[in-house]
This record gives sequence, C-alpha cells and structure tokens, in this order.
Amino acid sequence: MFEHYLSLFIAAVFVENMALAFFLGMCTFLAVSKKVSSAIGLGIAVIVVLTITVPVNNLILTYLLEEGALTWTGLEGAENIDLSFLGLLSYIGVIAALVQILEMFLDKYVPALYNALGVFLPLITVNCAILGGTLFMVERNYEFGESVIYGFGAGFGWALAIAALAGIREKLKYSDVPAGLQGLGVTFITVGLMSLGFMSFSGVQL
Amino acid sequence: MSAATPKGVLLTPIFKNNPIALQILGICSALAVTSSMSVSLVMALAVIAVTAFSNLFVSLIRKNIPSSIRIIVQMTIIASLVIVVDQVLKAFAYEMSKQLSVFVGLIITNCIVMGRAEGFAMQNGPVMSFLDGIGNGLGYGMILMVVGFFRELLGSGSVFGFTVLAPVQDGGWYVPNGLMLLPPSAFFVIGLMIWVIRSFHPEQVEENQFVMKENTQPKEAV
Repeated sequence: MFEHYLSLFIAAVFVENMALAFFLGMCTFLAVSKKVSSAIGLGIAVIVVLTITVPVNNLILTYLLEEGALTWTGLEGAENIDLSFLGLLSYIGVIAALVQILEMFLDKYVPALYNALGVFLPLITVNCAILGGTLFMVERNYEFGESVIYGFGAGFGWALAIAALAGIREKLKYSDVPAGLQGLGVTFITVGLMSLGFMSFSGVQL
Repeated sequence: MSAATPKGVLLTPIFKNNPIALQILGICSALAVTSSMSVSLVMALAVIAVTAFSNLFVSLIRKNIPSSIRIIVQMTIIASLVIVVDQVLKAFAYEMSKQLSVFVGLIITNCIVMGRAEGFAMQNGPVMSFLDGIGNGLGYGMILMVVGFFRELLGSGSVFGFTVLAPVQDGGWYVPNGLMLLPPSAFFVIGLMIWVIRSFHPEQVEENQFVMKENTQPKEAV
C-alpha cells in the first residue's frame, strides 16, 4: 500500500509534472516566475490549494455526482440519478469557494502566511493546474487516499518547476538575448529545454 | 476602445494584439493538444464558440451584475458554456473528445475567455463583444493551427492526417522527427513564432531590464 502511494507521488512530481508535461498553469507559470521569492510563494499556495481541492472534489464526485452516488440519501429512484454532467460547474465552484475560505481563514488565524501568500491566492482560482488536477483525478478514477497523495504530489511538482524556472530567469537577465526573443520568447525556449529534461523521467517505471 | 470598428475589433487580436503571442494569455490548456492538426482545429473551434458566447451573454447582463460578485457570475456562464461544448463533443465526436480528454474542461480556466469577459464585454455592447470574442478566439486558434501544422508536418510527415512527406517506415524518404510529437517542441515552436511576430512588429519587443555597458564588451579580443 505504501509503495503504491509512494510511486503515485513520484509519478505526479516528476513523470507527469503538471507544468512541464501537461502545460497546466502556464499563464501564471510564465508571469510570476521573474523572481525566485515570489515563485516559491506561489508554489506553496498551489501546493496548499491542490492538496485541499482534489480530495474535496473527489468526495463531491463520489457522494453527489457519480451515477448512483446519491443512493445514500435513501430517496426513491436515487440510484438512477447521474449528475456527472454538472461536474465542471461544481468543481470550479468548489475551487473558487475553497480559495476564498482559505484566504479568509489565513487572514484571521495565520496572518504571517496570509501576508506572504496574499497576492497569489486570488490568482489561483483561474490557474489551470488546480482544475486540471481535479479533472485528472476524475479521469483516472482515483479513490480518496490516492487523491490526497495525487493532489499534494501534483502541487509539489508544479512548485518545483516554477522555482527552477525563476532561478534560471534570474540568471538569464544578464545574458545578451536577440531583441525579438527578449522576455517572453526566450522564456518559452527555456521552459522547452526544462521540459526536455523532465522527459528523461518518462521511462521510469514505478 | 470607444472608437472601435467592428472590423477592427474582429481583426486586431489575430495579428497585432494576439492573445497568446503578446498578452501571454491562454497558453495553459492549449499546447498539449497541438500534436496533430485535426485535434487543434476542434480545440480552436471550441474556444472560439465559448469566447464568443460568453462575451455575448456577459455583455447582455453586464448592467445587472453587481461588481462584487462579477467574477463568479462570469465563471458560471463560462462553465455552463463549456459543459455544453463538452456534451456536444461527446455526442457527435466521441473519439475526438477522448483525445482532448481534460483539455475541453480546462477551457473554463483559459485566461482568454475570462480576460475578454472581464476586459471587454463588461464595458461594451453585445454585438461588439460577440465579434471581439470571435476575433480573440481566432487569434488563439491561429496560433494553435500554426503550431499544430509544424508539429504534425515535421513529427509525422502529414497534414490533417494526409501524408505530405512520405515517411521512411512506409518506404518514403522523410525521417520523422519524433521530438516534434513530444510536449517540449510546442514551447520551441511558440518561442520561435513570437520571435517572427516581433520581428515584423518591433514595437512589441520587451525592453531589456539589464543592458550591458558598452565598455564591458571585450572589443580588443575581436
């Protein structure tokens, strides 16, 4: 059991890296990777939000949306109800609400962390990596335990990638880049090379 | 933006103000689907439909949306539209929807859709917003198709599934470049595309934050 979770975690961090293998969360990935410190801040926020939203959405799927999921209510004909077409709407609602709640909770009880993450939390609602994590969880039929591990691993992998990219970009400032490639262009090429590096994990069988 | 003409609204986002190349919007869900042209086409059509109609609906009710909850209202409209697109794809093009897998759902978080709803549709009338949505969708679709064209042509020697460069394994002469089918190549293609676009529109070039001082160049060595 432990090996299963461990291999799931390693696969989520390296082999199926959200940012570099599935291109998820690219907008913020490119926009907030100019400085290492802010990149790490955003990375931690993504880890926290993914670790919470993926399991919560898993519970919503299992107990509300799936075909026959409503059987526990004991209503007549409940076992025939299939609400899975409402999935997208519910997931994004859950993500938006959870980010809002997390923001208010941190503001009240952990002000230090709130000040560190403050700017990044609202950005996270529209980060494709968060919704992507949930959708992959749905597609691969993870159970609750797996979804916790997968959420944390996917977030961790994303954070690792953005911190690494920010480090490279800080050094890149001092290089003499052709005018047309300046800024965005060269960042794309850098991400491409990093992605190639992460591809080397893809043969790893766990 | 007040003096915008319908034609201008429709055409500027395609080249001059391309949402992907200039505004870094909506790259998220796009790149993984560009390894073949037919998939990119379906994805582009889906995004055009969602952007256009979400702009239209947001614009129609823009005077009734309280500004404090506008993000949630926009999100709900967009999510409902994406559900419609998803269901249509599942009903009429099941194979295609399997290939696109989670990326149809991810149109919800595509920054172009949100960005145009928030940035344009909240201030403009329904017709103009609809055109703006189509224009931005087309700008996004164009990049997708170009990237898809190069990746499919160089990666498997075909365009839309028709063989153009006869690959070696079928007795032809072209050795397919397998790298082009892998995710990293999309980054290279887009990076190079940005370079090309900015060579034609030098005003889009970003300023270098750290310019080297003249005399630090080792001129004597040259």
